[in-house]
Amino acid sequence: MAKTDTARGLLITPIFQNNPIALQILGICSALAVTNSMSTSLVMGLAVIAVTAFSNMFVSLIRNHMPSSIRIIIQMTIIASLVIVVDQLLRAFAYDLSKQLSVFVGLIITNCIVMGRAEAFAMQNGPGLSFLDGVGNGLGYTFILLAVGFFRELLGSGSVFGITIMQTVNDGGWYLPNGLMLLPPSAFFVIGLLIWAIRSFNPEQVESNEFKITTNTKPQAAEGSA
Amino acid sequence: MFEHYLSLFIKAVFVENMALAFFLGMCTFLAVSKKVSSAIGLGVAVIVVLTITVPANNLILNYLLKAGALSWTGVEGAENIDLSFLGLLSYIGVIAAIVQILEMFLDKFVPALYNALGVYLPLITVNCAILGAALFMVQRDYAFGESVIYGLGAGFGWALAIAALAGIREKLKYSDVPAGLQGLGITFLTVGLMSLGFMSFSGVQL
Repeated sequence: MAKTDTARGLLITPIFQNNPIALQILGICSALAVTNSMSTSLVMGLAVIAVTAFSNMFVSLIRNHMPSSIRIIIQMTIIASLVIVVDQLLRAFAYDLSKQLSVFVGLIITNCIVMGRAEAFAMQNGPGLSFLDGVGNGLGYTFILLAVGFFRELLGSGSVFGITIMQTVNDGGWYLPNGLMLLPPSAFFVIGLLIWAIRSFNPEQVESNEFKITTNTKPQAAEGSA
Repeated sequence: MFEHYLSLFIKAVFVENMALAFFLGMCTFLAVSKKVSSAIGLGVAVIVVLTITVPANNLILNYLLKAGALSWTGVEGAENIDLSFLGLLSYIGVIAAIVQILEMFLDKFVPALYNALGVYLPLITVNCAILGAALFMVQRDYAFGESVIYGLGAGFGWALAIAALAGIREKLKYSDVPAGLQGLGITFLTVGLMSLGFMSFSGVQL
């Protein structure tokens, strides 16, 4: 695993080795519904990068002045304020996209990545490093979002970022789009398969089975008990 | 009137299932679904919290935040005030406060229930399903009565989904899953199949 105490390590590690979605199961909540096209995935990713980075920085700046009993509320307030800023910016400058993302921008507040990084990293480290850690984890999240969005948009509507790659039958082309890819269940399938792929390359991430299946060494006894 | 509420309830439970159609509350959905008993505990806690917080946020929206909502105060110019940009901050504050109060209330008056649900309550503040339901309530402009039914239905649907997933996962741990899919991967595929099953409810209308 790459060194996590250098600035470069902070940025790179969360993307592949320690991906917040694929390994830590954080922040899946608000993410999957927006991945049916690349552009919404990208905007959502950028919003999460901005919120995670700045919330990490602000939490880190005041970490020595917070009483620990009310720290969750304080973090929550910081995050909620940042999300309001992002939401208002999106409404002002990218109204169509903000309509498509609907409630999911607001749900960045309860995205476990933001909270998790504030609690796990920003409370112990300086503002500069925390900012980078936020950007890194946001990038890891964006990476998964874009990967899922790529497959769903390409197979579902034959395009990438709205640019037609495979002409669909309805437009006189040859590609018959797979409608399932635009529906919610496909996001689960794509992420599940993505996790499989990532773990095949990094075997140390494989979860151990709680119940080992062993070969039946006593066929007679097994037959008798059945 | 009754039919309207019933249809809203059915829609919230099956057609617009919080977990399987909108991916809300996924973190806890995947993390706490290893055992049926704890899944049901969390599910009940979510039902209770949603039934209380969605109507509470509905009141906050209609009497404090909406454009012109403050006109009941009688202060001059109050009908021009629009505080709806403070929505997110208020909803999450209300949710956190209600969960905290509920926890203290249960601890004091219903210790048996507190022992059963206590560990799940803090998890609920950061459960996206709670905030998500509040935001959907705002987006769809529900009246107070509708918001109670919607909260109950959304909670019930979420609880149903997590209990079903936990049941499947309890059986799944005896099966021989490829190494890379072990744990998280196979859970995602399972949830995908469940979600596909729930898709068949879409279009159900009463």
